[in-house]
Amino acid sequence: MFAFVLSRLLQALPVMLVVALISFAMFAYVGDPVSIMLGQDFTEAQRAALVRDLGLDQPFFVQFGRFVGNAVQGEFGLSYRLSRPVAELIAERAPATLELAFCAAAIALLVGVPMGVFTGLYRRSWLSRFFLTFSLIGVSLPTFLIGILLILVFSVWLGWLPSFGRGEVVQLGWWSTGFLTWSGIKALILPSITLGLFQLTLIMRLVRAEMLEVLRTDYIKFARARGLADRSVNFGHALKNTLVPVITIAGLQFGSIIAFAIVTETVFQWPGMGLLFIQSVGAADIPVMAAYLMLIALVFVAINLAVDLLYFAVDPRLRADRGAAAGRA
Amino acid sequence: MTAAPKPLLEIRNLRVEFPTRRGTLVALNDVSFSIAPGEILGVVGESGAGKSMTGAAIIGLLEPPGRIAHGQVLLDGRRIDNLSPEEMRRVRGRQIGAIFQDPLTTLNPLYTVGRQLIETMQTHLDLSNGEARRRAIGWLEMVGIPAAAQRIDSYPHEFSGGMRQRVVIALALCAEPRLVVADEPTTALDVSIQAQVIALLKRLARDKGTSMMLVTHDMGVIAETADRVAVMYAGRVVEIGPVRDVVKSPHHPYSIGLMNSIPPLDHRVERLAQIDGAMPRLNAIPPGCPYNPRCPKVFDRCVAERPDLLDAGTTRAACWLYAPGEPLHV
Amino acid sequence: MSAAVSRFFDSDLWWSFSRSPVAVLSALVALLCIGGAVLAPWIAPQNPFDLATLNLSDAFKPPAWAEEGDATFPLGSDDQGRDVFSAILHGARVSLLVGVCAVLFSTLLGVSVGLTAGYVGGTADAVLMRIADIQLTFPSILVALLVDGVVRAALPRETHDQIALFVVIFAIGISNWPQFARTVRGSTLVERNKEYVLAARVIGLSRLRIMLSHVLPNVLGPVLVIATLNLGFAILAEATLSFLGVGVPPTQPSLGTLIRIGNDFLMSGEWWITIFPGAALVAMVLSVNLLGDWLRDALNPRLR
Repeated sequence: MFAFVLSRLLQALPVMLVVALISFAMFAYVGDPVSIMLGQDFTEAQRAALVRDLGLDQPFFVQFGRFVGNAVQGEFGLSYRLSRPVAELIAERAPATLELAFCAAAIALLVGVPMGVFTGLYRRSWLSRFFLTFSLIGVSLPTFLIGILLILVFSVWLGWLPSFGRGEVVQLGWWSTGFLTWSGIKALILPSITLGLFQLTLIMRLVRAEMLEVLRTDYIKFARARGLADRSVNFGHALKNTLVPVITIAGLQFGSIIAFAIVTETVFQWPGMGLLFIQSVGAADIPVMAAYLMLIALVFVAINLAVDLLYFAVDPRLRADRGAAAGRA
Repeated sequence: MTAAPKPLLEIRNLRVEFPTRRGTLVALNDVSFSIAPGEILGVVGESGAGKSMTGAAIIGLLEPPGRIAHGQVLLDGRRIDNLSPEEMRRVRGRQIGAIFQDPLTTLNPLYTVGRQLIETMQTHLDLSNGEARRRAIGWLEMVGIPAAAQRIDSYPHEFSGGMRQRVVIALALCAEPRLVVADEPTTALDVSIQAQVIALLKRLARDKGTSMMLVTHDMGVIAETADRVAVMYAGRVVEIGPVRDVVKSPHHPYSIGLMNSIPPLDHRVERLAQIDGAMPRLNAIPPGCPYNPRCPKVFDRCVAERPDLLDAGTTRAACWLYAPGEPLHV
Repeated sequence: MSAAVSRFFDSDLWWSFSRSPVAVLSALVALLCIGGAVLAPWIAPQNPFDLATLNLSDAFKPPAWAEEGDATFPLGSDDQGRDVFSAILHGARVSLLVGVCAVLFSTLLGVSVGLTAGYVGGTADAVLMRIADIQLTFPSILVALLVDGVVRAALPRETHDQIALFVVIFAIGISNWPQFARTVRGSTLVERNKEYVLAARVIGLSRLRIMLSHVLPNVLGPVLVIATLNLGFAILAEATLSFLGVGVPPTQPSLGTLIRIGNDFLMSGEWWITIFPGAALVAMVLSVNLLGDWLRDALNPRLR
């Protein structure tokens, strides 16, 4: 078990290093940080001084090393656009994105899984066909369009829900939460649905496909041949086998949610990391882009690791593989 | 022929069809036979002859769109082919058990062996948890799993192939059915293990007086284990009789070809005997006797009319050669 | 040629196609969208990018069936007096162009990499697949955004505007190649051990020749299905990038750009400027997705 975790961590390291390299390359070769920071008029002496300060006259690997060292401590320098420490900006925006992502994931799972199970078990019912049509549309609608449509219906025409911003937030230490105010919750509804809808349809189709596969297996046939009750066969045997691969994919999807938050935050002007990122891309604000990239990579790697561990805990075949010899007879 | 005891299982004129977009395929065409209590009936034939289909039809697990178009399946004189799904479910496991071919895919990998046994028993028999667990351990011991009390909490992948099939046998028998349909129970196992598993099956069947329908393409297994054997071809039973008689002196030309093609152990042969041609596909079954294109003894009547099982002395064969009044064809 | 055509209409594929109302309908819609998009310059009632033909007094007209509507602007007009219908036709053209080119690029890159990795094996295989795996950890939209952002920052503004279209195609294409590579690699590994490959090697054909003329045709099957499904994603990716403002240049607006522009007027009630381009986008992607789904089911031997 410990060896497993260790090997996974070691595998994650090259990924992080590659991402760090790309981030650093962006810093070093894209644009000219010196002229960006100094503006139009500057003297040679000012430029030389800045170059020395930023360590831009050092060899590549030394610079890279410093970059990684700084990154690990969360130090990414100043944003070109806002002239504030990048780490501060991100910390400020992170709670918004994370709360949004969490709500979206909850919607996707709590609605998507039951829908998937239902359409897998009762293939011919009209409700299943309805769900399937709905899911096909969900996959074909881009996230931003869903957001726009929801805004049109619920903000412009019905006026029930806000179309931008987080509403009132309560500050708890360095975390700002929208869960504790009514306006905060109302502001979360439309963006969460927008962000979660795509994942919902994905999960629903995944669960359905997996369920159909499982229902065709020999062990389900054998379970029926032993006269087990439908409920045991469907929800005991079939469901359990369906959920195991689904868990892993659903876990990986969480990372996708964080990425797609970029679009949702843009539509709803949600003050999160995604909006920050897109604004940085538009303004060629490299430090923010680099920091976001490293952070996202870290999140993805962490999610991958967590999912692997989860799989390990849930599927007995993986556990026993480690000591297969003992069990043979 | 002596008067047979009342059969446990009776198949009468069973016809199984598969409607497809290109027309209806007939997988089983007018199949009839019976199994007496405590008897082991072997069912042999090539792949696609309809052996597994018969088993599936008996336990009511035909894959849709397959369906029983005609005929009856009777268990102890009662029809079971027209029961409601819930009633049929109660028959499965409790009255009729099933064993499938591949023990690796037949067992749910996420549940322990004990859990699967206990679940099956508690579905059909009224047992407390403790009693069910005790019996489960007992069953594992009966099928020859060493250290049963510990292994009961193991997962299927922790057993070797032969052990897994023993677990499958235990699962099929634990609700105490009167008939077991075993579909190629040893085909997926190592040759060295096959003999053990077959011997186990035979012993358990005898000890508990359970009837068995043993489906296989392996004549050796049949010769060792069965009391009677039915030979199937293109969805029909072409010969049926006591195993000794069918193996030593078959009457249907197909059975003759089949028995001849088994290489003898006592002398050398230059070429292996084989039957020319191949069994017809379901959408290309010839009129009359389905074997007529390959039969060395074919004559006019074979192509015109389809023969039912006729009395051929020691066995019954579906061949016009044995029609009463037919001159002897040599 | 006619023999091949009649064989096609005899085939299983055509049989199940003609009997599936969904497939036929979506094929028709797709054809309509693609046809409209391709023929845009000739069939659009107005050229929305010719500033000379625009008249500000025509601005903000609602669709023709509404009260103040005008038949010359069947779907209404935007803030500059542009006909929404014409803008949609031209926009669809750009969206389709980017989508198709991006998929072609992904396919070419992915198939080449997969073929090489699967056939040559060894270190090349390990390295290439590692790269693919690392890229697959991240959602493709993020990769596309990143590539686009980096190129945008690296080039001076004017150069970027000129080649922005190619940058977008490149970004989306690069973000999707790993799927193709992995599938093709898998199939190649299987084919590599087959006898016809062995025979070719014995004859002494070069590796490249074997890969291209012998193995490639046999691994292309699933590629077609993936490519069709990918087309839908590519079009959506381009729309998303353009909506975010980092996609196609403003001089060649795609449906995504139109939606972004229209979004500004949503709150003030001129909903048609953003909704109709949105509907066109959905129609195009939905029909392509349906066709892709149907194709995948039709070519799946296990479901027949």
